Amino acid sequence: MSATELPLIGDYSTPNTELNGARIGVITFPGTLDDRDAARAVRMTGAEAVSLWHADNDLQNVDAVIIPGGFSYGDYLRAGAIARFAPMMDKIIDAANSDAKLPVLGICNGFQILTESHLLPGSMIKNDHLKFLCRDQVLRVENNSTAWTNQYAQGEEITIVLKNQDGQYVADEKTLDALEAEGRVAFSYVGWNPNGSRRNIAGITNAAGNVVGLMPHPEHAIEAGYGPDHTGTDGLGFFTSVLTHLVGGQK
Amino acid sequence: MSAAEQTAEQKKFNMDTVANAAATPETELPWAELGLKQNEFEEVVKVLGRRPTAAELAMYSVMWSEHCSYKSSKNHLRQFGDKVTEEMKKDMLVGIGENAGVTNLGDGWAVTFKIESHNSPTMIEPYQGAATGIGGIVRDIISMGARPVAVMDPLRFGAIDHPDTARVIHGAVAGIGGYGNSLGLPNIGGEMVFDSVYQGNPLVNALAVGVMRHEDIRLANASGKGNKVVLFGARTGGDGIGGASILSSETFDDTKPSKRPAVQVGDPFAEKILIECCLELFKGSLVEGIQDLGAAGISCATSELASNGDGGMEVELTSVLLRDPTLTPGEILMSESQERMMAVVSPENIEAFEATMDKWAVEYSWLGEVTDTGRLIIKWDGEVIVDVDPRTVAHDGPVYDRPYARPEWQDALQADTFKSSEAGANLPATGEELKAALVELMASPNMCDKSWITNQYDRYVGGNTALATPDDAGVIRVDEETGLGVALATDANGRYTFLDPYHGAQLALSESYRNVATSGAVPMAVSDCLNFGSPEDSDVMWQLAEAIRGLSDGCMELGVPVTGGNVSLYNQTGDTPIHPTPVVAMLGKFDDVARRTPSGWRADADGQAIYLLGTTFDELDGSEFANIRGHLGGLPPKVNLGAEKALGAILINASRDGMIDSAHDLSEGGLGAALGEMALRYNVGARVSLEDLCNRDGVDAFTALFSESQARALVAVPRSEEVRFNDMTTARNFPVLRLGVVDAAATSLEIQGQFDLDLAELREAHEATLPKHFG
Repeated sequence: MSATELPLIGDYSTPNTELNGARIGVITFPGTLDDRDAARAVRMTGAEAVSLWHADNDLQNVDAVIIPGGFSYGDYLRAGAIARFAPMMDKIIDAANSDAKLPVLGICNGFQILTESHLLPGSMIKNDHLKFLCRDQVLRVENNSTAWTNQYAQGEEITIVLKNQDGQYVADEKTLDALEAEGRVAFSYVGWNPNGSRRNIAGITNAAGNVVGLMPHPEHAIEAGYGPDHTGTDGLGFFTSVLTHLVGGQK
Repeated sequence: MSAAEQTAEQKKFNMDTVANAAATPETELPWAELGLKQNEFEEVVKVLGRRPTAAELAMYSVMWSEHCSYKSSKNHLRQFGDKVTEEMKKDMLVGIGENAGVTNLGDGWAVTFKIESHNSPTMIEPYQGAATGIGGIVRDIISMGARPVAVMDPLRFGAIDHPDTARVIHGAVAGIGGYGNSLGLPNIGGEMVFDSVYQGNPLVNALAVGVMRHEDIRLANASGKGNKVVLFGARTGGDGIGGASILSSETFDDTKPSKRPAVQVGDPFAEKILIECCLELFKGSLVEGIQDLGAAGISCATSELASNGDGGMEVELTSVLLRDPTLTPGEILMSESQERMMAVVSPENIEAFEATMDKWAVEYSWLGEVTDTGRLIIKWDGEVIVDVDPRTVAHDGPVYDRPYARPEWQDALQADTFKSSEAGANLPATGEELKAALVELMASPNMCDKSWITNQYDRYVGGNTALATPDDAGVIRVDEETGLGVALATDANGRYTFLDPYHGAQLALSESYRNVATSGAVPMAVSDCLNFGSPEDSDVMWQLAEAIRGLSDGCMELGVPVTGGNVSLYNQTGDTPIHPTPVVAMLGKFDDVARRTPSGWRADADGQAIYLLGTTFDELDGSEFANIRGHLGGLPPKVNLGAEKALGAILINASRDGMIDSAHDLSEGGLGAALGEMALRYNVGARVSLEDLCNRDGVDAFTALFSESQARALVAVPRSEEVRFNDMTTARNFPVLRLGVVDAAATSLEIQGQFDLDLAELREAHEATLPKHFG
């Protein structure tokens, strides 16, 4: 992706390696939209954003991966259903399941790709009100022990951006029960449920805590002036969490 | 099917070659069905010296349509180019005539923006009509060499309670969202107006803005003999055939068959790929010239590229990749299939060009090459089916001096003032009546909360949106290092323009200028979308002529050039035209978007002083208040461009110097609506008094609240800045009045001595209207 960019908005070719030299991969599929936002978020926390192209199969030695939002392959089949078969996804799936437990964050379309990849259970269907919805959304942090949430307090309420068409999280009752019992619901919607998700689930984690997926967008809430209500930066915790996780020698 | 099979299939058609046309002069041609008038067809025959082939007829019919040739408006549009000073040109890098104008932003940055209409397609098929409106304007931006960074959408619908309005608004909003959201372009603003005059002719205008480095500016021309011509992107299908000529050049009636097939179908995924793919081509300097395929498809792209370049091009039409192999050459030339681009590539770049296409999995086909013959030659399987001077197709279409005259009814309309009418009797006077009137106004279709629409659009993608609806202007950061950025606002008031087209157009210009300045940006350039009825009606033609004259005079006075735009005519049902609706899009510049001014005060603004800038006159004619009383007559508010400039300078300087924390322009709904909107923005109350205002300007409380006098704005000034702010406005001799204070403890908007309006009550009324009608 970096080779395709004009050096303008969201240019992330200049790494800031002063923190710890962590390399966070950001994958781009045809139709990915929020890749530059995710890379900006990585840069703002001091790590290096590494562009990963869907058709390549070299993870470039990254320490973690973000699968950003968008409409990969237009969402013309099922959201995420085609992207899941990209060569780079094979590498990511293997690395996430390996002993090294590569931290992976799937945002929106990225969450959909993670469920299609069976790294996370369940699936997303069209919002119950049938419309695309963009709003500032309050979430409650239900599990602050994952690679991507450890900088939040348990039960903390954060406001980040929600924007999607197919955001209704569904799974069978047994799976939902298990997710709740095992503390694998990472985020839940506070107040009005914006898409009909089962049990107000906004995001979940795998059992190991290295793979997290959620529908709302932390990468749009990282910079004062450009986040929710033009002030919010509650999304930064995702990115500082993964660096803390990596620095903590758990990589 | 293979290319060979496809060619064999195509051969089934009995080709009308140039040789055949010369040999059979008497052949009857369906020029009338294709939208040409008799005199126009005769002109084609004269230009060619023979009858046109079927393919040539197809090309001329679409390129000489109203939509593509501007034949009714051209004589008037010249004023936009004529009424321009050297000073106004200093930041204009590319002017009218290219795909979009380009303005210098400084630091090596340039910005390109344009607004266009997609009205008729949206009436027929709201989702696809609106979606492809976004798609088309975004391709205009790409073809200038820019990365698109945002879109906006001014919308006009029929009466809110008419059953067909729900059909159109659901489809149009979902279409704009479905397409724009999938491109990763934030939607940062627009307009929403309901009026029964738009019942049969809803307006969907779409604006796109893009940014680039100066060296990346690309133009649509085919230069360099021997350079190759390539078509890439989506395949060519049967959608949108004759869209420009058939749809945009005649009025709707019930007697003709459905025109659904003339509406294009969009594929936003293909467009997103096309954006990235084109930017990669530009980065590698792999194209000599580029043109998007919009109205009139290949006819337009080949004839414009050829006539803007060295003057010749030769292409083989059977090389075009087709979705539908049964298309005839004429249909291929006319097809308006979306997500296609045509480029001119020098031979040494062919390999790199193909590698880029392959990387993004974009289909392409080499059609031919640039020549120096001055002719556009199109072959079908080797046989010449088009042999024309491309200028005659692209630029030398008919131009009409349509007769126009001030309508007979205009005097009576202007004499029918609101306060002299029955609707203007028993106006609210007591505190309770004024309070009820404000709530009713804020809940009315045009003044209500628009988030039912805007929440269906992604306003955050890209991470550079500094302001978006409901703020006065959309603001986008261009350079993350310096904060350099742009502001955009679109405005038009069809009622004002109906009452007085010359001044109505200037009022649209005034409001867009004021909106951009209110956000803190310096207004720089205009793009306009002129939505009118039939130019064959002398009343409508007068409205158009007056509006263009007013707009061009106004731009001259404000020192802001028109860099491009679009004219949409024939927006009428039977003999009833829409209100003349000249939508003005204003571009402004920020040296640092961190200085932008939001349109409401936050809780931390507690105690800040609320000032009103400008003078309030008794101007209720054409107002939103008169509108909800069902009255339209009289004269619109007075235009005062000098005051707009002075007000703009104050707002911009106050923003730069940190003298104001929030600001909101006064427009539709007047002071009452502005106060309500500022309080609702962040749900923070205020206490104000109208007494000094009424005394100074000689108006009553009702007029103070609902008059729509121009060149006014509300600002909130921190206490520490009040002296400086007062000194500045005094030095500039601009009327200013302290109305009251922000009160964070209050949960209401208190107009002292009149009423105390609970914000929760106001919000409920304001937000309930669209969901109530559209779910």
